[in-house]
Amino acid sequence: MIELRAVSKVYPGGVTALDSVDLSIGAGEIHGIVGRSGAGKSTLIRCLTGLDPATSGEITIDGVNLGTARGAALMKARRKIGMVFQHVNLLDSRTAEKNIAHPLEVAGVPAAERKRRVDELLELVGLSDRRKNYPAQLSGGQKQRVGIARALAAEPRVLLCDEPTSALDSATTRQILSLIRSLRDRLGITVVIITHEMSVVREICDSVSLLSEGRIERSGPLLEVIQDTGSPLSKELISLPPTAHLQADATIVEALVAAEGGLADVGELFALLGRHGFSAQVAAGTIETIQGRQVGRLHFTPGDRDEAERMAAVLREAGVHAELTTAATVQREDAARQEDNEAHDGRDGQEGGAR
Amino acid sequence: MILASGEMFLDNPVFHGRLWDATAETLLMMVFTTLAVAAFGLPLGVLLHSVSPKGLTPAAPVYRVISLIVDFGRSIPFIILMIALIPFTRFVVGSALGWQATVVPLAVGAIPFFARLVQNALREVDSGKVEAVQMMGASKGHITYHVLIREALPGIVGALTVTVVTLISYTAMAGTIGGGGLGALAIDYGYRRYQSDTMVACIVLLVALVALVQWIGDTVVRKIDHR
Ligand SMILES: Nc1ncnc2c1ncn2[C@@H]1O[C@H](COP(=O)(O)OP(=O)(O)OP(=O)(O)O)[C@@H](O)[C@H]1O
Ligand SMILES: [Mg+2]
Repeated sequence: MIELRAVSKVYPGGVTALDSVDLSIGAGEIHGIVGRSGAGKSTLIRCLTGLDPATSGEITIDGVNLGTARGAALMKARRKIGMVFQHVNLLDSRTAEKNIAHPLEVAGVPAAERKRRVDELLELVGLSDRRKNYPAQLSGGQKQRVGIARALAAEPRVLLCDEPTSALDSATTRQILSLIRSLRDRLGITVVIITHEMSVVREICDSVSLLSEGRIERSGPLLEVIQDTGSPLSKELISLPPTAHLQADATIVEALVAAEGGLADVGELFALLGRHGFSAQVAAGTIETIQGRQVGRLHFTPGDRDEAERMAAVLREAGVHAELTTAATVQREDAARQEDNEAHDGRDGQEGGAR
Repeated sequence: MILASGEMFLDNPVFHGRLWDATAETLLMMVFTTLAVAAFGLPLGVLLHSVSPKGLTPAAPVYRVISLIVDFGRSIPFIILMIALIPFTRFVVGSALGWQATVVPLAVGAIPFFARLVQNALREVDSGKVEAVQMMGASKGHITYHVLIREALPGIVGALTVTVVTLISYTAMAGTIGGGGLGALAIDYGYRRYQSDTMVACIVLLVALVALVQWIGDTVVRKIDHR
């Protein structure tokens, strides 16, 4: 559905925001794009839509090349794309219902049909009682929901979302994500979600790409990417709470249960360790169910290096990914991630303040 | 100040005729100039914004030329513009005297001023809003009208209010060279004939007019501003 071949973007001034990106997203797929602040995520979505032309390479959505399309052809292609913006970008001069009706006006849908669609969409996003409110009279989450309804109004084949939930609380985030998923299930639309929240990826993405300094570092089906155990993206997706309480030189055994030839779930892992006589000391653990499959990352703290090595051997034997590390290494990684998240939040905060 | 006669305010014959005629003339000048300014200044401001580097159809050379013309118009002092435009005014309204003749230089002076204010108001519209509507597959015309102008409308109305208030003081200036209206009355009677009562009345009426225009402007903005 969406194909990028060798797409590069160099901004005037010499910043290479995208560096020969290849990406293929199938029809009906929900694809997540993650990456650090400044990795080029927004640039990627802007190139996809032709809002900002790529410097080189080829981009096609549903067979149309948006990089080269102009005038009427570009307008027609864009009518098949719905876009949810990070900052919503509703028109202040229009009520919620008029904002949602806007793409339908543009597409020349007759008024009666327009009203029917808008009623339906307001119902869908749970804002029927707010239809006459202007954006200034809506909360952040309500505005975002109006933005999503607007993106869906013209029944697009592709939905592009740039940080659709970064301004929302977790309950609203879940509402919106389940809304997007149910739409995909019902209408078969293709969805691209840019996000810096791994929970969003875990919750609804079928596949995911990690963008780093303008390059696709890793891309693939979600479970496959997680099963790529030692990779940074896998660590981000199934991340552990900080282990600041451990002594720096403590040995840690990191185990990842992610099926495919290994143990079916974390319970089996504990049973296995018990059978081998290990009294497992768990320092930290995360267990998630992804696409109906249990995935868990655990940090064990055995008594000494020797015991750690035996434990890792037993786990590897059973097809579980296991590696030895130290508390100092883990703590360093935690700190790096923390810094990254703060950079992101700080930026969001600034942008919010400027509005 | 020496009074020409002992008849003041309501005893002064000026208060029973010329004062009201002058007020009506000033009002007529204002209404017609405002119409001309809105009719020509708004499209000019929109054009300026469209061809500017951040506009929908950037065209640097066109922008520079229009900018130059607009700034040229804005930089000439009104009183000089009035005199310089006399031949043109004669051509348009058939005379260089009276309130009708004042409308021409007033409009010519205010159109570029208002156009720049419109351009500023349009520039304030968040580019994200424009992009959102571009993504709907909207035409440039649709975006210009339904996004740029509509979203900037409170600012544009505010700019028009400022322009009209400025015009009021210009109508008074026009009075010094036969422009008619309250300005002319203040010069003819208040200044040349030492009628301080006429002067006071002219000032009061001009102030009231400014207050009225500002009130109308503010009320309209309140109605259309949903931010
Ligand atoms: N208009 C521009 N002109 C020049 N450089 C730009 C422009 N827009 C973005 N960049 C640069 O391109 C790089 C990628 O930016 P982009 O906005 O795509 O990052 P991002 O991954 O969306 O980051 P974030 O998560 O913070 O939103 C950054 O280094 C940024 O400074
Ligand atoms: Mg971004």
